[in-house]
Amino acid sequence: MLIPKNNANLMRTKILIKLAQSYLEDKFAEADRIPLELRPKDGEVSRCCVYKDRAVLKYRCMAGLGHCPEEETDELTTLKEYGEQALERTHAPKNKLSVIDIACSACVKSQYVITNVCRGCFAQPCRLNCPKEAISIVNGRAHIDPDKCVNCGKCFEVCPYHSVVKIPVPCEEACPVGAITKDEKGKEHIDVEKCISCGRCLASCPFGAIVERSQMIDVMREVKETDKKVIAMLAPAISGQFPGSLQNLVGALKKFGFSDVIEVAVGADITTQKEAAEFIERMEEGKPFMTTSCCPAYFRAAQVHIPELKPYVSSTKTPMYYTAELVKQEHPDCISVFVGPCLAKRAEAEWDKNVDYVLTFEELGAMLVASGINVDECEEESFSKVSHVQGRQFPVTGGVAGAVASLVGDKVEIRTEKIDGLTKENIKLLKRYATKGGENNMLEVMCCEGGCVSGPGCIALSKKAARAVDAYAQSGEQLTPESKIG
Amino acid sequence: MKKIKVRICVGTSCFVMGSAQIQSLEFNAPSDIADEIEIVEERCMNLCKDITRKRNRGPFVYVDDELIEEATYEKVVAKIREKLQK
Repeated sequence: MLIPKNNANLMRTKILIKLAQSYLEDKFAEADRIPLELRPKDGEVSRCCVYKDRAVLKYRCMAGLGHCPEEETDELTTLKEYGEQALERTHAPKNKLSVIDIACSACVKSQYVITNVCRGCFAQPCRLNCPKEAISIVNGRAHIDPDKCVNCGKCFEVCPYHSVVKIPVPCEEACPVGAITKDEKGKEHIDVEKCISCGRCLASCPFGAIVERSQMIDVMREVKETDKKVIAMLAPAISGQFPGSLQNLVGALKKFGFSDVIEVAVGADITTQKEAAEFIERMEEGKPFMTTSCCPAYFRAAQVHIPELKPYVSSTKTPMYYTAELVKQEHPDCISVFVGPCLAKRAEAEWDKNVDYVLTFEELGAMLVASGINVDECEEESFSKVSHVQGRQFPVTGGVAGAVASLVGDKVEIRTEKIDGLTKENIKLLKRYATKGGENNMLEVMCCEGGCVSGPGCIALSKKAARAVDAYAQSGEQLTPESKIG
Repeated sequence: MKKIKVRICVGTSCFVMGSAQIQSLEFNAPSDIADEIEIVEERCMNLCKDITRKRNRGPFVYVDDELIEEATYEKVVAKIREKLQK
């Protein structure tokens, strides 16, 4: 999902690094210089002028400090003040994706347009195939009546000259559940009731207008300013995100100030065992199929948008849930921080009392860069708990279903299917499964194409990350239904 | 012909600031340069810690012996083409 070579994404990383530096240096005293430093007067400009760029950057900084730009009450509130407010929080800010309205370019409404490539042909398949009779021939060329057009795309499919183009709205196109729509001014808004927090809109907006509340500063404050034990829980997608070994990374996190580091792959082992047992039970009861439940964006989509699917979603909890449970059993007073590639985990954490904060790999990266910590030079330290092959392979498409299948063995017949990416088409496919059934009985649903290694919070290229995940998985021991975890 | 050596710094600072994305040269470099380059992952070269520089000008990439500061995929590809034309 992360689009490589994308200025909007690179800028977000830079902002997070600057904010982390600003906190460490002087607790935001000079934070209002950040937009100026990122867009100096004599530098290049991306929007109309350097001042607009800076104004947008200020809003993006607000989000980096955990505030929602939509909640601005006074435009003169400084970043220093927003930073100080962030340090007064004692709990994670509520997860929310929102649109910076001045950055939203109010793209024209999604539409099909007939270009001058049209030859005004004799066959006129566009006109004849249009189900709404929206196409007429004007001055020898086809023309679409916007009042009648329903954007079905038939004309686009049938034109022999490819003269029909689709002008999309990238964020609306990316949102699988129709949660982002235009207001009367053409600016986009996100409906929190419908939003599944997948972050697809954020990754797809070419203007960098979509932001979400970061919890980076909150975690830094807990580590640096309290004497509580702060424990990092690294999602299995961590492999390949930071050059150096995972043991170096554990050392790096401890150097930063975390008390302990645990792999969420350990919790994924537990998920595998429980989900395999649940699958066997459901099949023996004669249920037609079951879907995985570890992707929080999919889980929420099923609850809100595909209710007919709910009975088939596994009731096994996620790797994050079991990991946090283990952590809090051992250290009830600790602060637990999940670090992963996922934005929807922030929403999941709000329902999980054992998870205090959620960071993305990108945010963790910004914290390390700001502290001058180079991972592969850090002392090698090991994880306190050991994970298995199955748990380690979760973040790549096919990994979860494969793990469950390996534990189901030949106890019942298992036919897996990968639903790779929660696109509009795949949502339709899932609906069909719920109402009419299908040929497979174990559906693995990943919201991000390729799995969690393509999540919006990743740093590394998904291809390279997937290789690293695979290599790490292969170095582990096999899990059995009886393996003792933790 | 000797290949052009593209050394991409993958120290934490450079990697987070964008060298991770420059690695896409390994998979889908433009066809005119794909066979002419050899990509090497370089550990931190301490260029980011050079205190004579006012700010961290990473990510750093060497194309043969030429250093590119604040490297982007675009800049690296342009430098490779420039070398090829010589």
